[in-house]
Amino acid sequence: MPEVLQKILWLSTALFFIGVYGMLTRRNMLAILMSLELMLNSVNINFVAFNKYLHPEKLDGIFFFLFIVTIAAAEAAVAIAIIIHLYRYHKNIDVGETEEFKY
Amino acid sequence: MDSIIFYCIALFILISGLLAVTARHIFRAAIWLLFTLMGIAALYFWMNVFFVAAVQIIIYVGGIVVLIIFSIFLTQQAGQKMAVTSAKQSVFSVAAVLFGIAFIASIIGRFYFVGRSETLNDSVNTIGTQLMSFTNGYALPFELVSLLLLAAMVGSILIAMKHKTENKNN
Repeated sequence: MPEVLQKILWLSTALFFIGVYGMLTRRNMLAILMSLELMLNSVNINFVAFNKYLHPEKLDGIFFFLFIVTIAAAEAAVAIAIIIHLYRYHKNIDVGETEEFKY
Repeated sequence: MDSIIFYCIALFILISGLLAVTARHIFRAAIWLLFTLMGIAALYFWMNVFFVAAVQIIIYVGGIVVLIIFSIFLTQQAGQKMAVTSAKQSVFSVAAVLFGIAFIASIIGRFYFVGRSETLNDSVNTIGTQLMSFTNGYALPFELVSLLLLAAMVGSILIAMKHKTENKNN
């Protein structure tokens, strides 16, 4: 059993850093949002795996999973609203070219 | 047999995740993201936490990815490719990622988790009663999250709404 948990931790580490790589290299805001979803998902895998393999008598990891999913949905909705609004003014959603957010 | 299935799922998740962050067409990247999230749901099925897997499919695959694909249609010209990242930037990003992986690996390698083989009782009934229990449950965070969802919904409608003065100018 413990080696299973170890393997899952390696998987979620790799997935998290794939998300980090996407965040560092992408310029399109929607693509950055997709990398963010990958990172949130890797954290969710950790919560559920720790709950299942270390504390099977409790359910707190699953509750955290549910809250993270809810907050991720809210965050995606707000982010996409901002992106669509920005597209209406600039016809462009590259982070380098929308400099109004700086001020 | 069990671990072969795990390695297949892990390989699927990692490959489609890599393609999701490197594909040049944003629509293809979204489809690869969809496959990654399906793979993660398969991992939850492999771990025998069926409720979590169902939530993953319903909300991520059925909700968030569809939302992302819709907004791609709204903001992207068809067939347009994303800009190539410069070699310098991708080299530094890979270096940062490798450093991060090494850091996490040093932490994971230091622990040896003693797992337990009891089965997790994740029926919807148990989850509901424990989540809303007033003694050691999460009733208050649950209500706060519902407020947050309402605020996010109202806020995103307000942000994305077309203002009337804009229409006159355009």
